[in-house]
Amino acid sequence: MATKILIPTPLRPYTDKQEAVEASGATIGELLTDLTTRHPGLKAHLYNEQGKLRSFVNLYLNDEDIRYLQKEATPVSASDTLSIIPSVAGGSR
Amino acid sequence: MNANALPELNKDEIKRYSRHLIMPEVGVDGQKRLKAGSVLCIGAGGLGSPAAMYLAAAGVGRIGVVDFDVVDFSNLQRQIIHGTKDVGRSKLASAKDRLLDINPHIQVDVYEESLTSENALRLFEPYDVILDGTDNFPTRYLTNDACVLLGKPNAYGSIFRFEGQASVFSTKEGPCYRCLYPEPPPPGLVPSCAEGGVLGVLPGVIGVIQATEAIKLLTGIGEPLIGRFMIYDALRMKFRELKLRKDPECPVCGTHPTVTTLIDYEEFCGLRPAVSEEQIAVATNAGSATEISAVELKARLDRGDQLKIVDVREPNEYQINRIPGSQLIPLGEIPRRYAELDPNDEIVVQCKMGGRSAKAADYLRSVGFKRVLNLKGGILDWVDKVDPSQPKY
Repeated sequence: MATKILIPTPLRPYTDKQEAVEASGATIGELLTDLTTRHPGLKAHLYNEQGKLRSFVNLYLNDEDIRYLQKEATPVSASDTLSIIPSVAGGSR
Repeated sequence: MNANALPELNKDEIKRYSRHLIMPEVGVDGQKRLKAGSVLCIGAGGLGSPAAMYLAAAGVGRIGVVDFDVVDFSNLQRQIIHGTKDVGRSKLASAKDRLLDINPHIQVDVYEESLTSENALRLFEPYDVILDGTDNFPTRYLTNDACVLLGKPNAYGSIFRFEGQASVFSTKEGPCYRCLYPEPPPPGLVPSCAEGGVLGVLPGVIGVIQATEAIKLLTGIGEPLIGRFMIYDALRMKFRELKLRKDPECPVCGTHPTVTTLIDYEEFCGLRPAVSEEQIAVATNAGSATEISAVELKARLDRGDQLKIVDVREPNEYQINRIPGSQLIPLGEIPRRYAELDPNDEIVVQCKMGGRSAKAADYLRSVGFKRVLNLKGGILDWVDKVDPSQPKY
């Protein structure tokens, strides 16, 4: 079962410039494992050295923050879309 | 504010704002609220330019601008408040002239200083709305925390390449920036606009969203962008809206805040380590063995040293300028292409300013490369100090 994952601009260098990729899994955790297996360059950007999701990368299942669902245990289906929303600071210079 | 206490509009102002006045949602009262209102723009750059210009045109009575930069040719692709004639002038002088040219009925106050924990509360205090258009994480967290401490709404916008984000943070009922991003990314992991580039019209869209929200907050009309995060993708021309929640555990706006005064934001963002001077000295010495300056690199190449130069920028950047003999492997391709390099070679990695190449160097070391040097200051330093015949970008 493949779920669509939207990749933000700063992370597209790690997905061969693709803005959306697919990964398989029954939960968000499984999806991310499959995603980082297919695109190993993403791993360092999503997880810290302790293997925990980085706190400046937010994950949204459809329009809801997964911190307010069941985090990585949140079940997903093929009709869902997972978005990675990193913090960006640009604006002035 | 009580409608009776609002400032009157004179004849010139009534003529100027007539397209507002004939709309019942704004009307004379709304226009007076704009006249009584004030917005402080942090930064007169990509976001601050269009935002401040529209706020001035709309008749916001007092506009403040904080900046300490000078107008450069590379700003003009997007910072439309400045013109070619302003190159070399202070951004504030240029911005003030432009804003008062658009609307002489308003007051423009400029603050030629960098925003710090020492001056933020004083600068924000007189304003109704703060418009965050800065370009770095320390100032964004500082702006957020100062807004929360003072109870002032923050019309937030941020941009990167083709993507923008906007929201209204730090209202009493809504979430703040820290509810969304409790911690900043480590330095170097997220490139700046100067490194990553930005489509010139993008800050126009996002800055005008910020100005729209500021106007709605001042007039009290519509549905403000509170508790919602707008993401705009210019290439796909798509807006997406995500839900934001006020985090009860938030260290600034939560129920038991642990941040009750402004802190050292450089340190918070990992830009100035909270360690002893001795530790810094050790770290600096360790660092120097992994870096090389442009001048040293030139000297070693002239001496005939066998150095493999790997340029980790993107192909379009490589087209603009390059170090002769370098091999292009964009940072994102390093994990699957590093086998093209010989781990026994002495390798110099290089990008535009040294940030991306530092990451590439870390990666190469992690997969067993022993002799990897990062070119300090990147190609920009190379052009400045070794080969000024090449263009800079």
